[in-house]
Amino acid sequence: MEKSTWKVKKGLAQMLKGGVIMDVVTPEQAKIAEEAGAVAVMALERVPADIRAQGGVARMADPERILQIMEAVSIPVMAKCRIGHFVEAQILEALGADYIDESEVLTPADEEHHVEKHQFRVPFVCGCRNLGEALRRIGEGAAMIRTKGEAGTGDVVEAVRHARAVLGGIKKLQATPKEELMHAAKEMGAPYELVKEVAEDGRLPVVNFAAGGIATPADAALMMQLGMDGVFVGSGIFKSEDPAKRARAVVMATTHYNNPDILAEVSKGLGEPMRGRQVSQIPPEELLAGRGW
Amino acid sequence: MSVIGVLALQGDFQEHKEVLESLGVEAREVRLPQDLEGLDGMIIPGGESTTIGRLMVEYGLREPLRHMAGEGFPIWGTCAGMILMAKDIGHDQLLLGCMDLVVERNAFGRQVDSFETELEVPQLEAVSPKEKGKKIHAVFIRAPLITSVGKGVEVLARLPEKNAPRHAEDHNIVAARQGNLLATAFHPELTGDHRFHHYFLDIVHQAKR
Repeated sequence: MEKSTWKVKKGLAQMLKGGVIMDVVTPEQAKIAEEAGAVAVMALERVPADIRAQGGVARMADPERILQIMEAVSIPVMAKCRIGHFVEAQILEALGADYIDESEVLTPADEEHHVEKHQFRVPFVCGCRNLGEALRRIGEGAAMIRTKGEAGTGDVVEAVRHARAVLGGIKKLQATPKEELMHAAKEMGAPYELVKEVAEDGRLPVVNFAAGGIATPADAALMMQLGMDGVFVGSGIFKSEDPAKRARAVVMATTHYNNPDILAEVSKGLGEPMRGRQVSQIPPEELLAGRGW
Repeated sequence: MSVIGVLALQGDFQEHKEVLESLGVEAREVRLPQDLEGLDGMIIPGGESTTIGRLMVEYGLREPLRHMAGEGFPIWGTCAGMILMAKDIGHDQLLLGCMDLVVERNAFGRQVDSFETELEVPQLEAVSPKEKGKKIHAVFIRAPLITSVGKGVEVLARLPEKNAPRHAEDHNIVAARQGNLLATAFHPELTGDHRFHHYFLDIVHQAKR
């Protein structure tokens, strides 16, 4: 028997495909998410919209809070550590978190280096803005990738930009002659072996979710139609007027993403979405997606 | 040619579809009751059983599938699919509940306890005589376990003793069959060894006669 193999690490993400992973800050919210059909929850101290509004240093959540959330639900529980903060990651592994998100939403602990993720037994998910960044994270051991988008805004524009960049980058590699792949790897700053693999397979070697700004069922279906494997919804659920109803609608929309009749039905009467903030009006130094490289 | 439905509400349905297509079988994604028409068999993939169960009820798939299972329609559940097939999982959850199995969810613990191992499955010899005695490589991800089976359920595979979770010494069943219904706690769609898919297709062919 072998535990924590690459296959079981990326395998859990494969089981989450077509699903919605929701940010929660309390056991009660976790239960609402599970009841609505979330495939996993992300346990954190503050949702990104609050981190944005309140400022200060954003860190890993209190272990006690994470344990309470793990206790409250039967679905997988993910938790965030700061970029490069391998000790927070060690703590999350010791707690038994099912997945660690090395996340730009928290304040980075290292401005140059991410966590070396292969040495952990627990699998990691990491954010990316383009294919090169995705492959760097996979090279470090991430068993799942998500777009960064711009968390806590409720504006889907950055998630779309990053999804198109990753998926477009894959198509471009597929059309690149073999002898040019090394140059492509150099340009992208990505490991050559992974560049070759993507060029051959026409897809990332791990599951690829959308995240950062998804606030409505239509946003979720948009990301699915673009070709993402599933969605993370952060502030979009619990910063809206009726979280339970909206959570269910986003789950339905992610499953039936190609069925406009169902999308119309589930989008009705959900109450106010999160108010949100237009990304184009946020000063560059306040953007989260630029954290990490 | 057989048409096999793959329940596509959530989970690794694409992986099952790819295996079926590589075996020359038509695979159809099933999300709504009308997708069930004309199917010869159905696979419920791995995923989150709470999510799939909820969506199955919400969009009216549970009752027709239950009815079809009762009429001898072949269904195979892998991991979350196996949980959904069970009649009893020890707590309240939306299930298909068509096999006489008692199943424990997350029987091995959390993700860090997920594992790969080798299993003996003598019945696979029928579909692949050349590979007689060859163990099957099995991937268990936050996997469930069958803790007891009813009459008329055939046990196909047990975990080697050293792999069984401590708290369930006698409980080590990881694959079972009841009539045309099949359940595996692991993921044959992730390994490249397609004997379990052949085995299920064999059930489908027998049922068509």
